[in-house]
Amino acid sequence: MAETLFFNALREAIDEEMARDSTVLVMGEDVGHYGGSYKVTKDLYKKYGDLRLLDTPIAENSFTGMAVGAAMTGLRPIIEGMNMGFLLLAFNQIANNAGMLRYTSGGNFKIPMVIRGPGGVGRQLGAEHSQRLEAYFQAVPGLKIVACSTPYNAKGLLKAAIRDDNPVLFFEHVLLYNLKENLPDGEYVLPLDKAEIVRKGEDVTILTYSRMRYHVMQAVKSLEKEGYDPEVIDLLSLKPLDFETIGASIRKTHRVIIVEECMRTGGIGAEIVASINDRLFDELDAPVLRMSSQDIPTPYNGALENLTIVQPQQIIEAVKKMATAKV
Amino acid sequence: MVQERALPKIQSASAQITKEEGLVLYEDMILGRFFEDKCAEMYYRGKMFGFVHLYNGQEAVSTGVIQAMRPGEDYVCSTYRDHVHALSAGVPAREVMAELFGKATGCSKGRGGSMHLFSAEHKLLGGFAFIGEGIPVATGAAFQSKYRREVMGDENADQVTAAFFGDGTTNNGQFFECLNMAALWKLPILFVVENNKWAIGMAHDRATSQPEIYKKASVFGMPGYEVDGMDVLAVRAIAQEAVVRARAGEGPTLIECLTYRFRGHSLADPDELRSKDEKEAWFARDPIKKLAAYLLEQNLADQSELKAIEKKIQTIVDEAVEFGVNSPEPDASELYRYIFAED
Ligand SMILES: Cc1ncc(C[n+]2csc(CCOP(=O)(O)OP(=O)(O)O)c2C)c(N)n1
Ligand SMILES: [Mg+2]
Repeated sequence: MAETLFFNALREAIDEEMARDSTVLVMGEDVGHYGGSYKVTKDLYKKYGDLRLLDTPIAENSFTGMAVGAAMTGLRPIIEGMNMGFLLLAFNQIANNAGMLRYTSGGNFKIPMVIRGPGGVGRQLGAEHSQRLEAYFQAVPGLKIVACSTPYNAKGLLKAAIRDDNPVLFFEHVLLYNLKENLPDGEYVLPLDKAEIVRKGEDVTILTYSRMRYHVMQAVKSLEKEGYDPEVIDLLSLKPLDFETIGASIRKTHRVIIVEECMRTGGIGAEIVASINDRLFDELDAPVLRMSSQDIPTPYNGALENLTIVQPQQIIEAVKKMATAKV
Repeated sequence: MVQERALPKIQSASAQITKEEGLVLYEDMILGRFFEDKCAEMYYRGKMFGFVHLYNGQEAVSTGVIQAMRPGEDYVCSTYRDHVHALSAGVPAREVMAELFGKATGCSKGRGGSMHLFSAEHKLLGGFAFIGEGIPVATGAAFQSKYRREVMGDENADQVTAAFFGDGTTNNGQFFECLNMAALWKLPILFVVENNKWAIGMAHDRATSQPEIYKKASVFGMPGYEVDGMDVLAVRAIAQEAVVRARAGEGPTLIECLTYRFRGHSLADPDELRSKDEKEAWFARDPIKKLAAYLLEQNLADQSELKAIEKKIQTIVDEAVEFGVNSPEPDASELYRYIFAED
């Protein structure tokens, strides 16, 4: 067991996969000599050379398209979005080509690529650098979407994403890179389509992902003291959703709260609510509660920024209300 | 009418061909022409749907470039005007026709259609329907060749990629971004601009500050050539040089082919903007007639040989239609197939 920082866990995943498979490479802005804006690829160019840690010009749509072409012809590129928000400039290549080309080509080509990088609301970075983008991509057919949240799952999921034969959009969170955790010594790979039950409980199911997991767990700490017993599930895979795990929990608690950093309109939570209605409506004792961030560009001011995303106190209140609601 | 650009001269020595080569070029161009004429017929008879962009008039570009490569080994990347590039790359006419009919036997299994032809087997990276988006994909394939050779030590990885696109597309950022990266990393790629003077209804000169596209290569430090796109031998000669440079690791080339489409932008386009004079001037420069005249003049072929080729191609095209008509529709139970790599 070695205590490992989040960004180093990601680095280990990339390093191990590059050592294992010479078709794996990293492309993006400042991924080589500079080591990545969050140091995820620090010094890997010294080990693997400039072609495998390809520092690209600032041309998001084109280098993402290049990765598609490289993936179609047998390589396994990992694209780093210096900030996932910048990949809005690559939306066409991600949606039309990474996502849809396999289908459109009638199965002629597969596109094994990973698109990873920091997303989410940071500390007063302003609207453009504090994006909640996952929902923009969730409707794209052919993409898998992962949101990692701990050094342990970051490493295991990234390794799985690199080995997967499909394009995987892999969200990290800017505020989690310095978390520490003891990681197993041996190699491990986690399944891409499995949610994690963070805490077992009976009262209410809380579905969350990425950094909101920590706001939820902070809330749960004080809820526990007051005798509440929520079940907490970290989705990890935002597409496809692990409805086996979600369903088993709902059949037990019959109450659901979704806590997400995503915007409310058309968000991940919105999709989950709709899917729960489709599949598990009869299991519900109360309407699903959706706690999302506000439908606004993330404001710069710190107090306003805090108001934009869901805070632990709001979760505490919501759980109490839902747990005590009469059926 | 816009002043036509003076045609560049090419060294006739580099355009020398043997009889066999000449007939291969002729056959490939005839295939392109006959296939497209048949598409127009089938479209108007309601066998083909959606937007269909024909290539008539531009055959010397597809044939000249792809026949200078190793079709089936080297990569070809096209646009929505992709039927003839697919044929030159070796995708069987029947698979292309079946795709246009939306059939399960089509090269994209009926999922793609006219603007999305693909063939992994024939190294056709695709028909890309959005302007410019194929250029980065082609650049990635070229990068892959270099990567295989230099990182993975694969001596045989000398494949070259040709990216075809139009004049209008050269005003898009992906064009400039990829010229930059391809030159920077000396990638084995040919950027082939088919300057047919129009982007739907936008005349080239109204869309760009520097209409001579080949000159844009110089700022990226790469060779740029202007070539008569109605002369297959001229196109082929320039392409051959570019392919040699690319295989030798000397990097990309920008080739601007001055050409013209003989039909509207797509079969849905009434083609009312282009003047009669302009069209007639270009019809008179039909690249197929030009090659035929050359072959006859040089005694490389006689009329009967050319006629025999035409007959053979007509049969292939007719059979392609028959194959398409008789092929099954995609199975409705397979609606979700091909979304993920596992299916
Ligand atoms: C991103 C995008 N914008 C607009 C279009 C619509 N469109 C299709 S073809 C075309 C003109 C392209 O002209 P050019 O590049 O010269 O190619 P040509 O059609 O002449 O072969 C346009 C605007 C498109 N397909 N994709
Ligand atoms: Mg044009």
